[in-house]
Amino acid sequence: MNKLLLNILIVLCLFAFQQQANASEKLKEKDTEHTEEHIEKKEFNPGDFIFAHIRDSYGWHIFTYKGHHYSIPLPVILYCKDQGIISFSSSKLAHGHSHKNFKIALEGDYKDKIIEVNDHGEFKARPLDISITKNVVAIFFSCLLMIYIFTSVASTYKKREGKAPKGLQSLLEPLILFVRDDIAKASIGEKHYEKFTPFLLTIFFFILINNLLGLVPIIPGGANVTGNITVTMTLALFTFFITTITGNKNYWSHIFNTPGVPWWLKLPLPLIPFVELFGVLIKPFVLMIRLFANISAGHMIVLGFFSLIFVFGNMSTGLGYLVSPLSLVFTIFVSMLEILVAFIQAYVFTILSAIYFGMASEEGH
Amino acid sequence: MELVKPDLGLLFWMIISFSILLYVLIKFAWKPILKALNDREKSITKSLLAAQKAKDEMAKIEFGNEKITQLAKMERESLIKEAKELKNNIIEEARENAKLEAKKILEEARQSVEQEKNKVINEIKNQVAALSVDIAEKILKQKLGDEAKQKSLIDELVKDIELN
Repeated sequence: MNKLLLNILIVLCLFAFQQQANASEKLKEKDTEHTEEHIEKKEFNPGDFIFAHIRDSYGWHIFTYKGHHYSIPLPVILYCKDQGIISFSSSKLAHGHSHKNFKIALEGDYKDKIIEVNDHGEFKARPLDISITKNVVAIFFSCLLMIYIFTSVASTYKKREGKAPKGLQSLLEPLILFVRDDIAKASIGEKHYEKFTPFLLTIFFFILINNLLGLVPIIPGGANVTGNITVTMTLALFTFFITTITGNKNYWSHIFNTPGVPWWLKLPLPLIPFVELFGVLIKPFVLMIRLFANISAGHMIVLGFFSLIFVFGNMSTGLGYLVSPLSLVFTIFVSMLEILVAFIQAYVFTILSAIYFGMASEEGH
Repeated sequence: MELVKPDLGLLFWMIISFSILLYVLIKFAWKPILKALNDREKSITKSLLAAQKAKDEMAKIEFGNEKITQLAKMERESLIKEAKELKNNIIEEARENAKLEAKKILEEARQSVEQEKNKVINEIKNQVAALSVDIAEKILKQKLGDEAKQKSLIDELVKDIELN
């Protein structure tokens, strides 16, 4: 009985909201007709919506209110031959404005990037761009957060020497032990694991913390750091260089003179060495792609479910409201899944790195 | 396509910040944390070993105690046994001694009785001899009072000699 009443109430509420929404929609339409300033997008494009949330940007968008985008401006740092090093606030480039012959490209190869234009507003060159973008800020933030967390945990270890862990220390100790024992020791071996453990711990927690921060929709979370190909590329490059530098004689002989392979596959035409060398390069490449794709895909799915509300809302406002609870449920579900994926991807990246290190430092049989 | 195109600026900042992060964390976080964990594990292993050792020692001591008690028990038993034997021996000896003594006393008594008896007999003998000499004297005195009688006695004596 109660349930029925509740249902009726909800339906009534939705109906009331719908009426109100319809009214406001009409008002808005009137507004946009009168003022040309508001360049309201009539058609909602889910692709653009999702893309705008996933990609890096020059400012940190906080919210949009009545067609105005409110974002935190971030410093733009550029270098070009004519003007040297130039720095200014990203707010000067907002809404397609140009500043000192720089603007954000709206189309072409450098879409959404800063380009140098000539006096007629035509494309001239892409300057060397080391702006502090949204992702750079997010990386700085997560690095500082990690330094704070782990140095404080380290000081707790010093203070409570030989005692049971407490507080943050007891939250992180199982993870640290997991990385050390089940990833480093298990994949690299008892003999060499100690020199790789600090790096593995760093990438594990860097990926994990950024994955989790990426799921938080409000600042300072919400940046798609680990779903950015440049970030995953850097992490993979670190793994690649460490593997290459620590590779011992046995590792290289396995690549250039693979044992157990008939000689004719190696001698006139170095087929197997070529495949092996290719494998050396493909390993970090796969690391890069996997993390990037998994995290980006997760964000896309979450945003896709949100987009559904607006896609249906564009058709009819009532339909939008009807879809929204369902969409919300799915979004929550996918977000939970994303928390799991955050851990899994941090684990996978770390264990694969550890396995590559293990291969590089393995002793001959 | 922008999604899969690495960005130089971001790469630059990422390499710098990640390198700094790596350096700082290794120096100020991972080293002390891993060292503390290792130390703790070592001390736990050590303590467990020490506890096991103490346990073994205790068991050994307990075993030793039991052994000692058993030995003591055995000793006590043997002592008691010995004491019993000794007692029995003493009693036996005493009895034997008593018997011997008694025998000796008896023998002595007998000897002294014998001696006394012999003495008495000798005395009686002497007295009887004296008495018989007296009597014989008296008889002789009577009998040899006249000639005839002397003569018949001599005859009689001679006759005895001849008979012999």
